[in-house]
Amino acid sequence: MSEKLNIEVPTMAEMIARGEEPEILFWVGCAGSYDERAQKTTRDICKILHHVGIKYAVLGTEESCTGDPAKRAGNEFLFQMQAMTNIEVLNGYNIKKIVTGCPHCFNTIKNEYPGLGGNYDIIHHTQLIQELINDGKLKAEGGESFKGKKITYHDPCYLGRGNGIYEAPRKALEVLDAQLVEMKRCKSNGLCCGAGGAQMFKEPEKGNKDINIERIEEALETNPSIIAAGCPFCMTMLSDGVKMKDQNQNVQVLDIAEITVRANGL
Amino acid sequence: MISQILFIAITLAAIALFSFNLKKVIRNIRIGKAADRTDQPQKRLMTMIRVALGQSKMVVRPIPAALHFVVYIGFVIINIEVLEIMIDGMFGTHRVFNGLGGLYNFLIGSFEILALGVWVGCAIFLIRRNILKLKRLNSPELKGWPKSDANYILITEILLMTAFLLMNAADAKLQALGAHHYITAGAFPVSQFLQNLLPGSESSLIAIERGCWWFHIIGILAFLNYLPYSKHFHILFAFPNTYFSNLEPKGEFTNMQSVTNEVKAMLDPSFTPPEAEAGRFGAKDVNDLSWVNLMNAYTCTECGRCTAVCPANITGKLLSPRKIMMDTRDRMEEVGKNIDKTGTGFEDGKSLIDDYITREELWACTSCNACVEACPINIDPLAIITDLRRYAVMEESQAPASINAMLGNIENNGAPWKYSPADRLNWAKES
Ligand code: SF4
Ligand code: SF4
Repeated sequence: MSEKLNIEVPTMAEMIARGEEPEILFWVGCAGSYDERAQKTTRDICKILHHVGIKYAVLGTEESCTGDPAKRAGNEFLFQMQAMTNIEVLNGYNIKKIVTGCPHCFNTIKNEYPGLGGNYDIIHHTQLIQELINDGKLKAEGGESFKGKKITYHDPCYLGRGNGIYEAPRKALEVLDAQLVEMKRCKSNGLCCGAGGAQMFKEPEKGNKDINIERIEEALETNPSIIAAGCPFCMTMLSDGVKMKDQNQNVQVLDIAEITVRANGL
Repeated sequence: MISQILFIAITLAAIALFSFNLKKVIRNIRIGKAADRTDQPQKRLMTMIRVALGQSKMVVRPIPAALHFVVYIGFVIINIEVLEIMIDGMFGTHRVFNGLGGLYNFLIGSFEILALGVWVGCAIFLIRRNILKLKRLNSPELKGWPKSDANYILITEILLMTAFLLMNAADAKLQALGAHHYITAGAFPVSQFLQNLLPGSESSLIAIERGCWWFHIIGILAFLNYLPYSKHFHILFAFPNTYFSNLEPKGEFTNMQSVTNEVKAMLDPSFTPPEAEAGRFGAKDVNDLSWVNLMNAYTCTECGRCTAVCPANITGKLLSPRKIMMDTRDRMEEVGKNIDKTGTGFEDGKSLIDDYITREELWACTSCNACVEACPINIDPLAIITDLRRYAVMEESQAPASINAMLGNIENNGAPWKYSPADRLNWAKES
């Protein structure tokens, strides 16, 4: 079930037409736009932004793929075409600050775009949540209680090892009064979900198991009631894994944004 | 006198041979393309001190880290002893540093303890490799030479340390006998226990002492010359390799400037790209890789820490980042030999991709950077994988069909899936 979004999501074009400027642009990403499960996270990020009163906008139909899967697959041409077109749009709107729910978009815009003329202050949504918690704007009160629930967090490669962000997502869980457990392979030693480097879009090479199964087995060893994710691709891989292990009655895979929305009753 | 001349001749020959081979290695590395790794010298120096000198990335696996540390420290410090051997050898003196008095005794005593440490460390390493058969140290890519290489070095180190201790034991006995030339010097906390194994006659003791002395120094010179053929080259290359390692975030891949120029020209007709250098997109062979990739390959210790954490390898896929590094080195050596024989421009019809690294390996990589994180000397196997993929995709259009479909979708719909760009905001409207 995906709850209805009762708030209006402003697009950049609309805002400019009204003569306004957003504080931050929400870069939704392809998965966040089209993947049903990830759309839910996207809506939850909007709810958080709306709740704390940050003036934001999305690009809507003007957004296009950052080019991440093209770059990781080795198609630098296509990547740069995408990047330069996106940079043109972003610069055209004079965008300075961006938040995104996708570590792949995050990494690409943060690290690859500056070399092509796109310089933005971009943060991942878990970093935004961390900031909001630090500023006392999000409290994990008034919503669902996670008291005593066992939660384990899976580090997305492009957030963790790729960019060294390990604390922000954990901070969002620490405020919950839940029981946090780490998997054997976590933080800089985390294990990939199996989707990165354009793997999401192809069948895995033959081996003795799929990578997401290996990961889920490790996650399940911690006996969690919730596996927390921070990436739409990890979300797909982990949810598939949980389903394949017939554990979807006992274990939920939730994005940090979803957990935050629930805890705050948004 | 004859022994002094012989000593000097052997030493000079060994150094000359080593320089000759080192030059070849550097020439091979220079086959690679340019890459600028001279920025932020201070940060680079700190990285080198931390990672190579301080071995900061070894500690992840505490047992081998501790053993390796003993062998490393032992090896470095015992080489102070080599300085004395050099001087003694050239001038026909004996234990020339004796003048240091108590300090000398302390030094020799600590060398002995370290020698024992190295001995034990290497013995445990041998057991781990050959008897316990640790998975990481017994993968298919280590069959043959790499396996023998590792064992040769460990056995050599054990022999060198044995010779050092036996030499001291004989020396101490000769000192006690008041033999001519054998002045009283040194403290022998370890080798004293070997004294009972040795004969009592002065002439046999001298034979043992001299024999071990020569074995020790010739062994060290031989070791030096063995390095360029071995993964043990890392004891030298770890330093430049960490100094020149990538300082950017691991998630960032290199930007291809040649592509930037073309794309700019396509998007903006008024843009005139600078004169393009001829060259292919991505890497088909070692000469298309950067010199950093090639130096990485000479530095690789074949420890397999990268492969042990690689999600593709863990789940039984063909990819092994260690093999990527070993293949790159093997191919580079082959190309180097070709150049020696026939000069540059020689074509043997082979390439790194296909002849060494298969497509199946390449496409199994998730670009997760676990291998890069795990490498104790900052080697980047992913950079090579990426460049080979770039060649497969941009030069040959040989990606797996589903990858091509994904690329087609991005090109036509601005998303890796086949959805209409007009539907991008549907998530905000529907329930
Ligand atoms: S980046 Fe590729 S080669 Fe390296 S560990 Fe990950 S999947 Fe393996
Ligand atoms: S690349 Fe690094 S981690 Fe991998 S085998 Fe070589 S030295 Fe070890």
